[in-house]
Amino acid sequence: MDVVAKAWTWLATGSHWAGPDGVWHRLGQHLFLTFACLAIACAVALPIAVALGHIGKGGALAVNISNAGRAVPTFAVLVLLLLSPLGTHGQWPTIIALVLFAIPPLLTNAYVGVHEADREVVEAARGMGMTGGQLIRRVELPLAFPLIMTGVRTAAVQVVATATLAALPGGGGLGRIITAGFRLTDTPQVVAGAVLVAGLALVVEGVFVALGLVLDPMRLRTGRRPAAARRQPADQAPASPVLKT
Amino acid sequence: MADGNCLISNEWICGEYVRTRGQELTDATLEHVWITLASVAIGLLVAFPLALLARRWRVVSGPVLGLTTILYTVPSLAMFSLLLPVFGVSAAVVITGLVLYSLTILVRNIMAGLASVPEEAREAARGMGYGPLRLLFGVELPLALPALMAGLRITTVSTVSLTTVGAIIGYGGLGNLIYEGMRSFFKAEVLTASVLCVALAVVADLLLLALQRLLTPWARKSRKGTT
Repeated sequence: MDVVAKAWTWLATGSHWAGPDGVWHRLGQHLFLTFACLAIACAVALPIAVALGHIGKGGALAVNISNAGRAVPTFAVLVLLLLSPLGTHGQWPTIIALVLFAIPPLLTNAYVGVHEADREVVEAARGMGMTGGQLIRRVELPLAFPLIMTGVRTAAVQVVATATLAALPGGGGLGRIITAGFRLTDTPQVVAGAVLVAGLALVVEGVFVALGLVLDPMRLRTGRRPAAARRQPADQAPASPVLKT
Repeated sequence: MADGNCLISNEWICGEYVRTRGQELTDATLEHVWITLASVAIGLLVAFPLALLARRWRVVSGPVLGLTTILYTVPSLAMFSLLLPVFGVSAAVVITGLVLYSLTILVRNIMAGLASVPEEAREAARGMGYGPLRLLFGVELPLALPALMAGLRITTVSTVSLTTVGAIIGYGGLGNLIYEGMRSFFKAEVLTASVLCVALAVVADLLLLALQRLLTPWARKSRKGTT
């Protein structure tokens, strides 16, 4: 594999990492976009999902949004937003697309997590005289935490992937290294960029898996069954609804 | 809108575009359909034995599930780019990438379906003298169908939408038109191709749903629809 060796050489060349088209700058853009959009999406989706889950309504809506989203090509949405009047406003088409695609996994997982928090425990807490707010904060949220984190993780990886696609219409981020490589018909650069993007996606996934385990408020309690394993209907995809990009 | 001026004024919706470029749209749609069909079919052919292996030997299931999950994490643009040196610029790049993605959902769903077969059904079949192969295809597989079909539907719908990214190497079906329209700021082309793409996903989903109803006539009586 000649290309692999050449891609390695590309990555090992210091000049490819510096400057406005360099890896560091693109990585910075990618990470900034990812975390800004993830934060916006969380701020929008999580309160709604937790509230709906607490009341116990609107679940079908969350699931339907996720399912419908799967049919809409991310790439098409990016281009449509770009050609819309929004397109003249710099990064906004990309940011809106990223937020849109991050919301479904956040909404669905948080809703399911809160809604399906062990009902007996919730009833017991209510019997002890907890108010709605206390119930959410001290019972439902801790119980739902693993599923909420799964949603955040899925959304994060989703945003990383979509930020890559944003390079096709000329946005920033690591995807630009790939698209620039295509334009130059420089296959080693394309492969080097792809390795960087794939690596970043895996690292982000790994970091969020670790965060989910470390931050779980229930992790010190004994006998906790993995929440994800217990709540899966056999007829549905075991993976949380993911919009692959 | 239908007076041909919409091509000049660059409207989103343009009947004239659909009329004059009908052939181009048909070709792109057909390419989209065959890439999707090939990907899902190959995905199913690969996922089925993998799921059986993973079920038979616990040692295999960990690596199989782990590896397919990791593959699913890789962004599509990177996946297609990584496969580029292996296959060169060809539809095989896109199809292989899509097959790799489909494995995650298909393997899991087939395993979940097989695991949901009641032990009594297996015992009964064995008691009737069914061998392992007949047990699998005569009893277990039909009972696992709802889960399998659910996975197949998710896979198909996301494959239809992911095929568009193949436009980066020129094998993206309707994605090619979206890409072309993006470069020339041709709104009607982008919107028409996008709408066709979503329509394709919806039609495929409905067809699979109908197929599932057809294949599992018993489910209609005992349960209220399987989604």
